[in-house]
Amino acid sequence: MNGYNFAYLDEQTKRMIRRGLLKAVAIPGYQVPFGGREMPMPYGWGTGGMQLTASILGQHDVLKVIDQGADDTTNAVSIRAFFERVADVETTTRATDASVIQTRHRIPETPLVQGQIMVFQVPIPEPLRFIEPSETETRLMHALEEYGVMHVKLYEDIARHGHIATTYAYPVKVDGRYVTDPSPIPKFDNPKLHMCEALMLFGAGREKRLYAIPPYTRVESLDFEDHPFEVQRWEAPCALCGSQESFLDEVITDDAGGRMFVCSDTDYCRQHSEEVA
Amino acid sequence: MKAMTRPLLRVNGLGKTFVLHGQGGLSLDVMQDLSLTLSPGECQVLVGRSGIGKSTLLKMLYGSYRITRGHACLHFDDGDLDLAELPAYAWHALRRDVIGYVSQFLRCVPRVPAVEVVMEPLLMRGVDSDQARGEAEGLLARLNLPQRLWELPPGTFSGGEQQRVNIARGFIGGHPLLLLDEPTASLDAANRDVVVELIQAAKARGVAMLGIFHDEDVRERVADRLLPLDDHMQRPSARLGAQHGEASQ
Amino acid sequence: MKHPQLEPPTLLEARDVSRLYGPDKGCQEIDLALYRGEVLGIVGESGSGKSTLLRLLSGLERPDGGQVIYHAHDATLDLYAIGEARRRALLRMEWGLVHQNPRDGLRLGVSAGANIGERLMALGQRHYGQLRAAGQDWMARVELDAERIDDAPNTFSGGMQQRLQIARTLVTRPQLVFMDEPTGGLDVSVQARLLDMLRTLVRELGLSVILVTHDLAVARLLAHRLVVMRRGRIVEAGLTDQILDDPQHAYSQLLVSSVLTP
Repeated sequence: MNGYNFAYLDEQTKRMIRRGLLKAVAIPGYQVPFGGREMPMPYGWGTGGMQLTASILGQHDVLKVIDQGADDTTNAVSIRAFFERVADVETTTRATDASVIQTRHRIPETPLVQGQIMVFQVPIPEPLRFIEPSETETRLMHALEEYGVMHVKLYEDIARHGHIATTYAYPVKVDGRYVTDPSPIPKFDNPKLHMCEALMLFGAGREKRLYAIPPYTRVESLDFEDHPFEVQRWEAPCALCGSQESFLDEVITDDAGGRMFVCSDTDYCRQHSEEVA
Repeated sequence: MKAMTRPLLRVNGLGKTFVLHGQGGLSLDVMQDLSLTLSPGECQVLVGRSGIGKSTLLKMLYGSYRITRGHACLHFDDGDLDLAELPAYAWHALRRDVIGYVSQFLRCVPRVPAVEVVMEPLLMRGVDSDQARGEAEGLLARLNLPQRLWELPPGTFSGGEQQRVNIARGFIGGHPLLLLDEPTASLDAANRDVVVELIQAAKARGVAMLGIFHDEDVRERVADRLLPLDDHMQRPSARLGAQHGEASQ
Repeated sequence: MKHPQLEPPTLLEARDVSRLYGPDKGCQEIDLALYRGEVLGIVGESGSGKSTLLRLLSGLERPDGGQVIYHAHDATLDLYAIGEARRRALLRMEWGLVHQNPRDGLRLGVSAGANIGERLMALGQRHYGQLRAAGQDWMARVELDAERIDDAPNTFSGGMQQRLQIARTLVTRPQLVFMDEPTGGLDVSVQARLLDMLRTLVRELGLSVILVTHDLAVARLLAHRLVVMRRGRIVEAGLTDQILDDPQHAYSQLLVSSVLTP
């Protein structure tokens, strides 16, 4: 296959990453360090997610890649083409047909089912990093469950904006133990993490950390008693498919201030349009 | 009245030596073999020339100076207490509840209002702050401190005004033993009379007092007994290098 | 008349504690006890080992030898024999540390209210309204304008920052507070107000305090007892006014006689 091993990475590397993944699944939300490899793309383009995908991909898997919900953006197209070439696997844009979905910053609107695997691309895996620059210290804080500072950030949000203004990478507590960064998905997607049927894997290439949320795991978004966690809502449905349940992107349509709101999940939007029609 | 006859304080063979390490270990014996007994309801006045060690004695009994030799026993119904052997931490409760002290000079946190300076001994015992304020204001009024000064810090007051704040602070606690170091020094005749009344009222309550009063008139009116300190209690011949080296704690 | 209760319960003890960085640098053979409700001052010149001793006593630095014993309400703990988790929890929940420079003790990136609320949140307080009320209450107690609860500490003066740090530390009503030169970097006029405030808080909350200071005037006003340190050792210990008015050790005498008293 063009002189590459199956799925680009050598077998030893894949074994190493799989061992890391096993540990991550065993300790939900815990960040496992791994020996990250150079990938043929820069950091920040999904190298962490790609190494995880490469390590778990089998010949019979069907791969879907999305970027901010869309199948047709550069990042998604490139990564999909990459795995078609180095692993020769079947690809799809339909969430229901995929066995592995690599994603940048969204979870599909179509509910995931048992047997599917989500692979998240993560820029900064450490939710405590904003307040504590030292890695040794944050690891200790996780070990001792010193999580008071996470609420300092939320408090500050309410003090400044009157509500919790964090809208993406909204911190969660996994299985009642580890505070975890769900990657920069909108907080709209946070409830989908809770008791999800699919296995969810997170890979950070630059930081060389991976972590997991196994199927059917409790995932709570941090909040205050008098300011409970809430997701975004829109006043109008999707301008294309009419869905009132999906996460909408604002699209500028002309130079005169024209704009419309459409589903960020292109696959869901297309299916929903077909159903309505 | 039987209990009244029993002394509250019994001092025996008290002596004080200062060792000045900065002066090559110069040793100053400022007090030798002093003894006294003080009963509840009694006011004894220390007399003697200036520098004879009157204030030193009060400071030794208050714990500010260490007792070099001898004993100073406080009598309690459930046993005696020798001040010479008291560990430092024990003085906290003793000063709060038993021994009060009116010094010559007021020493307190800058910028604290006079009335709060006076309230503090009561607050330390957990007295409610409204009650403490009431008592403090009562005393300040009785000592003729103008009401406009009560909420001002005493740092800027005249000597006599500071002295009255100090007296109020000393008398408010109702300690069973009061040490008075020239409380009337900078007062006018009217206020001296008030202090004499306060002392007589305290005596009637059974408070034992040991005081220094330079004003003969006041001394006459408050003293039940005079305690003359004279030069044989002092050995002015300083011994150089007698106690060289480091003093133990 | 009965004996007053003269022996208060011991809260913290150092037993033969040593930590040396070099000859006479650090602390040697330190024995001391802090009693409940008492302010114990540690005085001495720069480099005498005061701050090292504070770090050893407050769980921040493991001694080379000796023990630090904390008498909690329900147990007696050997500070460096218990696990790090327990020790850090102790520091966070039952103890407090006030730094000389308030910027070391504050989170400068978040508001005054978040600073005060942090320890409460660490203890599990999850009600924003109550956190805010506590923040306003404590700002008033340390004489800060409660209206400024959402302002960043950077917009406060040095004295106000120090009061904010104190509020942040005391909000959880700690049993034991360590203070390292709390009035150190402040103007004289600001110092006086802070000293008065500290005295009041110590009395009202029944705090036990270990206070490191090189300023004997501060020690006189705040501390009940003093220990004098020199070259890593305690050379004298006693009542504050006794140490300052009748010092016994040659070094204490030198220290006291070197002070300018207005």
